[in-house]
Amino acid sequence: MSFSRFQHSTVQYWEEEMETLPRVGLEAIQLRRLQHLVARVYRTVPPYRRKMEEIGLKPEDIRSLADLARLPFTVKNDLRDNYPFGLFTVPMEEVVRVHASSGTTGKPTVVGYTARDIDTWAGVMARALVCAGAGRGDMIHNAYGYGLFTGGLGAHYGIERLGATAIPVSGGNSKRQITIMKDFGSTVLLSTPSYALNLADAMDAMQIDPKSLSLRVGIFGAEPWSENMREEVERKLNLKATDIYGLSEVMGPGVAQECLHTDRGMHIFEDHFLPEIIDPESGEVLPPGEKGELVFTTLTKEAFPIIRYRTKDISRLYYEPCACGRTLVRMEKVTGRTDDMLIIRGVNVFPSQVEHVLMGIEGVEPHYQIVVEREGNLDTMQVQVEVSEGVFSDEIRVLENLSRHIQKEIKDLLGVTCRVKLVESKTIQRSEGKAQRVIDKRSI
Amino acid sequence: MLVEQIAVFLENKSGRLAEITAVLADNDINIRALSVADTADFGILRLIVDKVELAKKVLKENGFTVGKTTVIAVEVPDRTGGLATVLAAIRDAGINVEYMYAFVNKTGENAVLIFRFEKMEEAIETLRREGFTILSKEQICAL
Repeated sequence: MSFSRFQHSTVQYWEEEMETLPRVGLEAIQLRRLQHLVARVYRTVPPYRRKMEEIGLKPEDIRSLADLARLPFTVKNDLRDNYPFGLFTVPMEEVVRVHASSGTTGKPTVVGYTARDIDTWAGVMARALVCAGAGRGDMIHNAYGYGLFTGGLGAHYGIERLGATAIPVSGGNSKRQITIMKDFGSTVLLSTPSYALNLADAMDAMQIDPKSLSLRVGIFGAEPWSENMREEVERKLNLKATDIYGLSEVMGPGVAQECLHTDRGMHIFEDHFLPEIIDPESGEVLPPGEKGELVFTTLTKEAFPIIRYRTKDISRLYYEPCACGRTLVRMEKVTGRTDDMLIIRGVNVFPSQVEHVLMGIEGVEPHYQIVVEREGNLDTMQVQVEVSEGVFSDEIRVLENLSRHIQKEIKDLLGVTCRVKLVESKTIQRSEGKAQRVIDKRSI
Repeated sequence: MLVEQIAVFLENKSGRLAEITAVLADNDINIRALSVADTADFGILRLIVDKVELAKKVLKENGFTVGKTTVIAVEVPDRTGGLATVLAAIRDAGINVEYMYAFVNKTGENAVLIFRFEKMEEAIETLRREGFTILSKEQICAL
């Protein structure tokens, strides 16, 4: 066991005062920042002003944090309607960077940052890294995509702010990634969880034992993943897997990060990002601990602030103190998305439930795809599962039993009969970014 | 007396078998026997080759899911009833056949039967007792 592998940062917090502030103090800061924000967007962004005027709300009506609930929501379509720069609050001369979403479901959405926004972002990302146990001396292997996607550059600036060593490897070319991990001695891995499993596959093919590498911690995000998948990643890559949360509309990576003291959620850096949980149907704010749609208001962003942005991510908030000493609220691991939900023959199905079933079956890998079609008037769901070495047999009977078993477990948990199709290993598309779990071919 | 067999998972789509055989040919691996078992969705290719470890490695490198199992190779004279006598002995011993396939060797005098039994050890014992010729890996490769 080499020394470097267990060399831990002695720093526990990046900005101790803010991260451990008593909640009363924190809430006072949040309110002051919220009031400034609302006044500013009312003055400078016509679409926000129009929405507030429609319901007769004035900036001075925001007197307490509870008044946040009176403000209108912002949704993805508002960003599209104002494409590309319509929701920016500063002249373009002050915008030093833009990022954009992939736009797979329509026009891309564009976000902008002032120099101070970039500085804030680097700071919260550094907090996230420290929260996950990284520090100076760490070799941080950043496999988030660099480019218009916020993941790569967002994490990168945080790594440099922290003073660790950034390995800006970006996504793709798994063989090269592994060679770099080995030769450079990467200690911390940043990637999507599905790409982490992709790297594990590549290691297996290259016959490289993850125990021979120096990886200690993984910081995985940008897509929902299950606890089972966490165990799988930890086992296959021989590291501690932590969850990070972020989205470009709010900032990018570094909105929230799991600490090493809890398995119950990620600390939201709520002096910058104010969270709420709402009922996705009614829009009502739900009490702490209840499950619903996560909504964010940015408190400090300059170029592209956002008020009550509906993330479509399903989570819940825990305000109980955490063993790590942070007073910041924790958000539960995102368990699904409101728009991920499939309705199959009237039954609500979340891909994460299918994943849960698959990961509960010995030897089955979490590489799957759900194909939904409509034959006549009936929805059909096909679950494609890769045959890994762990479940492969030279006997037809064994494989047929496996697909029947999966079918039964899915039926038991979801109440939906599906068709299980066993497919060749590594043929389900591995995303370099977010995994596409569902192909819905229904035209309704 | 057990012979190693490679099994490869195949989806039913065109060109997969051609790809596998090309990979083996490129690596100078000789196929001694093969069979394909299939269902509506997938197939299992079973292969007996001269270089088992190399075959497993190169197929894996080319993205195939590969397994290795052991089978028994029995040589019988290539005449009517050759297979029947073997199966009768196995049946009488109360052993089930998981699967089997066969080929005729170059001289055309003998047939080679490849078996996977439910109880491999018992099957070997029975076949020996009944005087059947069980081939080793070297003998298979030399055929």
